[in-house]
Amino acid sequence: MRLSVDIPGSRGWLSRRSFLKGTSAATAGMAVLESALAGVGEAAAAASEPQVFGPDAVPITLRVNGATLAVAVEPRTTLAEVLRGPLNLTGTKVACDRGACSACTVLLDGAPVASCSMLALDVGERAVTTIEGLAGAGALHPVQAAFIEHDALQCGFCTPGMVLSCAALLERNPQPTAEDVKAAISGHFCRCGSYPHVVDAVLAAAQARRG
Amino acid sequence: MATDRQDSPRHEKLVAGIASVSLTEIERTVPADEAPPLPPNAQLRLIGKSVPRWNGREKVTGAVRFTADIQLPGMLHARLLRAPLPHARIRSIDTSAAERYPGVRAVQVLLGPKGGGTTSVSAEEGVEATRRNVQPIALYAGVAVAAVAAVSAQVADEAVRLIKVDYEPLPFVVDMDDARAPRAPVVFETLDVQSGFGAGGLVTSGLSLKGNVRGPATDGRGDSAAGLAAADVVVESEYRTQVQSHCCLEPHGIVADWRADGLTVYISTQFTAGVRAELARAFGLPLSRVRVIVDAMGGGFGSKSTLGYYGRAAVALSRQAGAPVRLVLERHEEQIDSGYRPATWQRLRIGARRDGTLAAMSLLSYGTAGTALGAGVGNIASRMYTCANFDESHYDVFINAGAGCAMRGPGNVPGAFALEQAIDELADKLGLDPVVLRDRIDLSPARREERRIGADLIGWSRRHAPGVEAGPIKTGLGMAQSFWAANVQVNAACEVRILRDGSVEIRSSVQDIGTGIGTVLAQVVAEELGLRAEDISVRIGDTDFPAGPPSYGSRTTASITPPARNAAHQVCRQLFALAAPLLGTTVDDLQARDGRIASRSDPTHAMTFREAAAHMRTEQIVALASRADDYDGFRARTGDAATALTDLGGVHFAVVTVDTETGLVRIERLVAVHDCGRPMNPAQIESQVHGGVLQGLGYALLEERILDRQTGHMVNANLEQYKLPGAHETPRIDVRLIENYQGFSATDAYGMAEPASIATAPAIANAIYNALGVRLRALPMNRAAILAALAAGRG
Repeated sequence: MRLSVDIPGSRGWLSRRSFLKGTSAATAGMAVLESALAGVGEAAAAASEPQVFGPDAVPITLRVNGATLAVAVEPRTTLAEVLRGPLNLTGTKVACDRGACSACTVLLDGAPVASCSMLALDVGERAVTTIEGLAGAGALHPVQAAFIEHDALQCGFCTPGMVLSCAALLERNPQPTAEDVKAAISGHFCRCGSYPHVVDAVLAAAQARRG
Repeated sequence: MATDRQDSPRHEKLVAGIASVSLTEIERTVPADEAPPLPPNAQLRLIGKSVPRWNGREKVTGAVRFTADIQLPGMLHARLLRAPLPHARIRSIDTSAAERYPGVRAVQVLLGPKGGGTTSVSAEEGVEATRRNVQPIALYAGVAVAAVAAVSAQVADEAVRLIKVDYEPLPFVVDMDDARAPRAPVVFETLDVQSGFGAGGLVTSGLSLKGNVRGPATDGRGDSAAGLAAADVVVESEYRTQVQSHCCLEPHGIVADWRADGLTVYISTQFTAGVRAELARAFGLPLSRVRVIVDAMGGGFGSKSTLGYYGRAAVALSRQAGAPVRLVLERHEEQIDSGYRPATWQRLRIGARRDGTLAAMSLLSYGTAGTALGAGVGNIASRMYTCANFDESHYDVFINAGAGCAMRGPGNVPGAFALEQAIDELADKLGLDPVVLRDRIDLSPARREERRIGADLIGWSRRHAPGVEAGPIKTGLGMAQSFWAANVQVNAACEVRILRDGSVEIRSSVQDIGTGIGTVLAQVVAEELGLRAEDISVRIGDTDFPAGPPSYGSRTTASITPPARNAAHQVCRQLFALAAPLLGTTVDDLQARDGRIASRSDPTHAMTFREAAAHMRTEQIVALASRADDYDGFRARTGDAATALTDLGGVHFAVVTVDTETGLVRIERLVAVHDCGRPMNPAQIESQVHGGVLQGLGYALLEERILDRQTGHMVNANLEQYKLPGAHETPRIDVRLIENYQGFSATDAYGMAEPASIATAPAIANAIYNALGVRLRALPMNRAAILAALAAGRG
């Protein structure tokens, strides 16, 4: 069973469908991995026999917001669960827990992924950026500042994920159109209806960065 | 209390009128300790300005704390066991294996006539109750029957699966039309709950129940039969509206911490003070021993107004385990069992004279809120237009589905879908422009101005006759109106305190559910004290502070901003009393501006706010104010809730394109013009209108809960098959606000959350009719519905 799928041309991108949560949590204690264990390169893993991990906790290291953190997780643990639980990074929100709403978005080597639909064991050496680590301590990323300025949030539950997807958009496309912004947030649901102000905010942030 | 408190009421002149039309003054009698009249927004520094959201920084950095983010030492995690059958008698329940499972700390059985959750009892009591047949019936697929608290959510999940329930399947019905049939399976043999607040408004008590049909609840005036008989023109149509789910991004959740000296609960709620009262009643505690906290709240839209079955279960588990318990619903539970907007069927007849004057209206409706009451269609048909002869009859229909509850604009949202299409149809029959007809039959000066502004913005004069465009893709223009009562909670208080270092706090249990009431409170207090909004520490969402209003029924701003201003006024007078002798003047000569306290007659006599505060004898000066009655009284008052003499309006205009080959409807543009008395923070209001419009757009085109008639299960209990509007479905939305001053309170501000959602779906429906010349009378107006309507229209 191959749990992580690299799409050619989009480094670090993970399909949301690549991980379907076990329907029976009682038997979901084990995971069979080909790749992406901490410190194990994909190329090396691909040639060897599948390894079996769990059901007990497995020690891994995660690179989160610039820090390298050692943590023990059961193989069934999702990235979102590790972030919100032992790492206490509760800015990452879980709203659907199946990759449909994007509230749990974090950046993996700069690309948005649904952390609810990715196993912590699958992260490997890729750098995780959560909302807490987007800007330096006490600072705001231009997208965050623009969200405040344009009131691009209401209840704020979808906001961390939205902000991260918009920040990633500006990295790959510093001069987006309104349609580009809509495409970047098209997987994000906001029941409060913040989309128009999000589009305004991201266009303004792009403008501000151009000077 | 103000040191200079006068005892007799004052006569004051207050600003009145619509700012874009004309302003005048109106005299009111004002209670003695109220702040002086507030000038129009144009003359104010902070009120009516788009001050940035008070907790925006915490929200964009992920620092703000939602209920599921709460971590307490020793906290347990709870999961619920849900019934797999849509209707079943529970023969027995065996929790022993779950209780023995390693890591399990408490097990509860949920009992109740409405199927789960009315009370939560220990497993032992629950098993015994079941044996004695006290736990009778699971009323719908997914109803909670037991709860487990364990050291982790995974362990709780595993343990829940070990609970053995022996179900005896019963016949069930999940479709409203099926449920009305004479030999339909019966949901309730008898009905214990006969009154209260239902899914679409107040529930009339004492109505008869026949099969699954309860009613009719009736209302009326004049003689509608005679009026219809005498009318020159009559329109009559039937309308259907579907179930809409709230889909709060943050699921319902609670962390309950039961201790010997009291109970603390963190809960995602629209009403901290109400939940405290419910907890005190349910668990036999004094109010003083119950504390309810919500820092940030991830969307409620009506569904988080009460404690709920899950809340009672979590508290009972915490009491049993002697440890804090977190219970957060998973998404499928949220979709199945956290409320929804009821489905309705309506038949509406309207008669008019040739000049458009309404002669009579007659409304028959059926609605289903599953196992709950109150699936009515609101009061919009009765109240929005002048019509001397009116009658309505409403029936609630029970089905084996979870309980519906209030959802943004309850009743009036489905009601408007029928009424506003019928009024359009009437205009068509009379050969009148829909805006012109409404100018004749709608007495509201606010909506008149809103029609003028909206028609101008959307280019209403370009509107073509229905269905005249050639080609497969057709454009249409439509409009519709909102009506909502202006609600006020009189049991609403807050405290403003100045500390000796010159810092200022506002404290109330009122909760910010995403609408930004915290920002507005800071604006109001800062305006009064001559400070900046960011100088005010906003401490809300905690029942340790004075009890604030609920955030439902569009009443938060109307209820809490007047006491906030009055409390600020009162502490300001106390500070002036300290400063006046120091500045060699009188209290009445002083004013607070730009962080300074200065003499009006000689502005060189001044000191900073901070310097004045340093002279305080005690560490703080405090004023507590509660919501006075509106200056001209209320239309009605029941307990803590009142309705103002004013109403809330709102008019929406939509431009749509319809692809007649694929059925795809695109909303090209939407104009929403609204009133809320004095607008307090235009940016936040605009955000809220966007949300109302988008929920209305989803209701119009996309959203629908689907229950499978064969199995009784919801088939789209998720966020991918239940279709929500996303960024691509979002049109250009132009929001305009009118300033509608009436001189009713210290802020003259009212709500606007619900009107923003009421007019959208009918405006889109009227635009689709204008595009196609074919009317869609059922929701959602998705592609299949459009193609079917076109086929029927051509046939």
